[in-house]
Amino acid sequence: MGTVALSETKTMLTLPGDAVRQILWRFADRFDLQMLVQSARGVARGTVARLVAAGERNTHEWTQGKSEMMEAFDQAGVTAAFMEPEEGGFISGPKNLALSLAAFELAWVDGGAATASLAGFLALAPIHERGTAEQSRHYKQLSAPPQLGEDRKPWRGAFALTEPIPYVGVDTGMLSGKMRVAEWKDDEEPWLQVDKRGRFITNIAFANFVTAAVNSDDPRIKGSCVVILEETDEGIYDHGTPTKKLVHQLSSTGDPIFNLKVPASRIVGGYTVKDGVIVPNYNHGEIIEAVFRRTRVPVGVMTAAKLLSAVEPVIRYQRGRFRGAEGARPGTVRYEQGIQQREDALHRLVDVWATGEAATSLGFAAARLFDKLDPVEKRKTAILKESGIQGGRNEMKALKESEQKAMELLAMKPNDPRRVELEADPLVEYVLMDAEANVICPATKLWNTGHGTNMMREAVSLMGGYGITEDCPGFLANKWMDAQLEATYEGPEAVQRRQLTITMTTEVFLAEFRGWMAEMRRIASTGPGTGACTLASAMQLWLWTLNHLQKSVDPDGGKLYHGQRQGVTFALADALCWILASRCQILDVLELEAQGVNDPVASEGLKGTVQFLSDLCHTQAAAAAGEVSRICAELVFGYNQHPAWTDEGHQGCFLASELDELEETMPGISAFAMDVISADGSHPQKAGPCAGCAGSSEFLRLQNKLTMCLSGSRLAKDRAAETVSKVMIPEALDYPA
Amino acid sequence: MPNALHIVVCAGIVPDPLQTLEPVTTAAGPGLKNEMVLPAVLDPWASSALYEAASLTTKNPGSRVWLVSLGPKAKLQAVMMTIAQKVAFELVPIDGPIGGFPEAHSTAAVLAETIAALPGLDRSHLLLFGGWESATRGAGVTLQLVGEILGIADQFQGVDQIDLREDGSFEVLERVEGGKHQVSVCAGTPAVLGWATGGLAEPRNNPQIGMANMRTIMPALQKAKVAKLEANGLSYVSVSLPKQQRTTRVVKDLSPDEIARELVEWIGAE
Repeated sequence: MGTVALSETKTMLTLPGDAVRQILWRFADRFDLQMLVQSARGVARGTVARLVAAGERNTHEWTQGKSEMMEAFDQAGVTAAFMEPEEGGFISGPKNLALSLAAFELAWVDGGAATASLAGFLALAPIHERGTAEQSRHYKQLSAPPQLGEDRKPWRGAFALTEPIPYVGVDTGMLSGKMRVAEWKDDEEPWLQVDKRGRFITNIAFANFVTAAVNSDDPRIKGSCVVILEETDEGIYDHGTPTKKLVHQLSSTGDPIFNLKVPASRIVGGYTVKDGVIVPNYNHGEIIEAVFRRTRVPVGVMTAAKLLSAVEPVIRYQRGRFRGAEGARPGTVRYEQGIQQREDALHRLVDVWATGEAATSLGFAAARLFDKLDPVEKRKTAILKESGIQGGRNEMKALKESEQKAMELLAMKPNDPRRVELEADPLVEYVLMDAEANVICPATKLWNTGHGTNMMREAVSLMGGYGITEDCPGFLANKWMDAQLEATYEGPEAVQRRQLTITMTTEVFLAEFRGWMAEMRRIASTGPGTGACTLASAMQLWLWTLNHLQKSVDPDGGKLYHGQRQGVTFALADALCWILASRCQILDVLELEAQGVNDPVASEGLKGTVQFLSDLCHTQAAAAAGEVSRICAELVFGYNQHPAWTDEGHQGCFLASELDELEETMPGISAFAMDVISADGSHPQKAGPCAGCAGSSEFLRLQNKLTMCLSGSRLAKDRAAETVSKVMIPEALDYPA
Repeated sequence: MPNALHIVVCAGIVPDPLQTLEPVTTAAGPGLKNEMVLPAVLDPWASSALYEAASLTTKNPGSRVWLVSLGPKAKLQAVMMTIAQKVAFELVPIDGPIGGFPEAHSTAAVLAETIAALPGLDRSHLLLFGGWESATRGAGVTLQLVGEILGIADQFQGVDQIDLREDGSFEVLERVEGGKHQVSVCAGTPAVLGWATGGLAEPRNNPQIGMANMRTIMPALQKAKVAKLEANGLSYVSVSLPKQQRTTRVVKDLSPDEIARELVEWIGAE
C-alpha cells in the first residue's frame, strides 16, 4: 500500500480530543485539572471498566473488587481532588469544575463508579461548607488518601439526609432522625443521643463516618442540624442491608440504622447555648442548600458524559454493521459505511451527539460558575457579618438594595460612569452570580439527567438488538438505566422543577435573561450558523409566555402562574432548560473558535471542528426552539375554554343565510367558511366551533418568527451527518467492554 | 553515594496505538493521517526505560533522572499530563517534528548535543536509557548513535533487567533468540541501555507527583529549544502499515493438549 496525498479539508478530522475539550470547557490553562482528567480516565478505563466487564455490577453486595476501585481512586488522586493541598489534596481553590471533570471521566465508563467517588465528597461537603475549622481539618485529613510513606487507611464517609423509610410512619417531608440530650453535666460538653434511620444512603457499606441530618426531639435543643456520627461511637452503627438497585451497582447503597451517643461538638458548624438550650449555628436546611446546589451539578455532567461516550461505539457499530456478510466486500459502500449509508441513522446520532454537547456545556458552565461564586459568596457572608447580619432571611432582606443595583447595572449603557462602581461592588457581584446559579444548577440536574435519559434510549436503539446486551461496547444499556437514577437521586426532577419555578422568575434573573437574549442576537449578527438567532427567538417567545401566564387566569378565574399549578410552572421550567443548554453550547463553540488558533493541537483542522460543532449547536437550537414553541403554545392556548355550540360559543360563526348573501358579492367565500350554522340551528358534527386566536396575535407573531428562524437548521444537520459518516475514529474502544 | 546515577532517558511520543494509523504523504514527507490531532502517548518501549530509571533512583539515593524528548511542544505538554504523574523526573523538551520519519543521524545529533549540555550532568555516572524499539517507524539505531556521539562504548539492547552492584559494576539481561536472555557484566557507567519491556508495571497516576514535576516541566516546555532536523538525503518511496495476519478457524471441543500441540507446530513452522 502506498501513501496518498492529504487534501486540505474543512471537515472535522477526528473525534474532538483533549486539546479541543480543554478549550471548550475552559481548563486549557489548568494543568492540575488536566492531570486529574488523565488520572480519573486511567482509573475509569482501567480498573472500573474491567470491573464492569467482569460482571461486578451483577451483585448488590460490596465486594473486594469494588473496594479495590475505591483504593484506585485514592491512588489516582481522585479522592484527594476534594481537599486543599494542606489537607492532602493537590488542587487549590474551589473544586466544582474539578469534581465535575472527574465525574465526567468516571461516568464515561460507569455511573456507579462516579457516584461512589462523589458520595465521599458529599459526606464531607456539609463539613466543608459549614463545619467549624477544626471539624473541616479533622475529617478532611482523615479522609485524605495516605501520602507517600504513610501507612493508614483513609476514612470513608456517607451522607444521610432525609430519605424516609416507607411504611414505618415517616412523613416524606420530615427528617427521619431525632436527637435528644443524653447527658449534660455542669461546665461540660453536652452529649447527644442521636437516633437516625436512613434509606438509599450511598457509601454506607464501608462508611467510617456519617453526616446525618436530624431534628430536635428535646426542648433543650433548638431546631435541626447536621451531626457527624462515627462508627466507633457508643451505641448502634448498623450499615444496614444493601439496596437492591438495578443500576449503579458499583456504588454501595443501603438503609442504615444509627442510635449513638455523641458529643455536641459533632454538630456541624458548632452551636451556642442560650438560656440552657443548645442552638446549632446552622440548621440542616441551611447546610443542605449550600451542599446540594453544588453537588447536583456533577450528577448532570455524569449523564452528559454517557451521551458523548456513546458516539464512538455507535459510529463503529454503524460502519461495521454489514462486514462479514455476503455481498459486503471490502471497498463497497455497504462494507465501508454500513448503516451510515442511511440518513436516518446519521441524523439520530447527530441528535444524541448534539444533546451530549449541550448537556456537557451546561454542566461545566454551572461548575465554573460555582467556582467563581464560592469566593464571592464567602466575601458576601463576611461583609454582612461585619454589619451584624447573619442567616438566610436576614441576608435576603439585606441584599434587596444590591438586587436593585444589579438590575441597574444590567440595564446600564457601556459608558455609564456608575458602571465601574457597581461592577466593583462585591454584593452586586454576588447577587448576579447567585441569581444565575440558582437557575443553572437545577437546570443542569433536571435537563441533563431527564432529557439525557431519553436520549440514551435513542443511543441504545442505534445499536439495534446489540444495544441491550451485555456485550454492547461502551456499556450503553447500563448507562441508559443508570441515567434514570441520576434523574432521581440528589433531588428528583420535581424538586428541580419546583426550584426553577421560583428562581427563574426573580427580577435579577429575568434581567440577566434579557441580556442573554441580546447576546444571542449579537452572536447571530456576527457569526451566523450556530443557531443563535433561532435561540434568541425562542427566548423571546418563552419570556413573552411567562409574562402572559403571570397575568392570565383560566376560565374559572384561577391564576395560571401559581406555585400549585405545576402544569404551567413546571412546563415553563422545562422549556427554559432547553434554552439554557443550547446557549451554553453556543458560547463554548465560540470560545473554541476564538482560542483554538492559539493552541497548536486544537488549531489543526480547527475550521472543520468548529463547523461541525456549530452545526450541532444549530441542530440543538432548532430542537430547543421546537420544544419551547410547543410548550408555550400549549400553555398560552391550552387554558382557553374551547368554544361550544352555544350562543356565546358560535357567535363568530357564519349563518348559512349570511353566507348566501355574501356569496353574491364575494363569490367563493363559502368554501372558506369552516363553521356554518344552518337556519334550523344544525352545525357540523364536532365538539364546537374552531377556536379563534383573538388576543394572541403577538404570541403568533413571535411563534411565526421563531418558525422562520429554523431556516437552515436541517441543512446544518445534513452537514453534521455528513461529518459523522466521515470522521476518523480509533480502531478500537480504549476500555474493555 | 557510590552508586548515585545520572540517568538520561530518551523518549519520543507516538500516536496512541488504538488510533487509526493511516500513512499519508504530507508536505514534509511521509506522515500519518491527522497525526497532530491524534492523542499521543510516550513511546511504550521508552516508557519502560523511564520507569526502570525511576526505580533505580529510589534504590540509589542522590541519583537524578532526565527525560529528553523530541517532539512538538504542545503534544509533549499533553503527554506530560499523564507521564508526569507516574514518576519523578526533569523534563528536557526539544521542540521538533512529530512522527517516526525524521532521519536517525539528525535526530541523534540533536539529542546528543542536548544531553551533553545538560547542566549538572556527570557523564562518568551516566546511564543513557531509551527504547530498544519504537511504536513509530523506529529506525532502530537512534539510541546507539546518541551513545556513539557521546563516546559511550558499552551498549546493551533489548534490556529487561539491570542489577547494580556495590562496586559500581552492573549486570544486564539482554533479550536474545529463543526467548532467552544474555547475561553481561559491565564494569560501570557510562553505558547505553535500550530497554525492552523491563520488569516493572506501569506506575499508577499520582497527581501529587504530577504537581511536583509540573513545577519544572512547565517552565522547561516554555523554554524548549527548537530543533530542525536535516533529511541528509533520506527520502521514502512508499510507506505502509504492517499487514495483519489473521487465519481464524472456528473449532469446537478441542482438548487443551490438542490446542497446545497445534500451537507448538505453528510456532515451529515460523
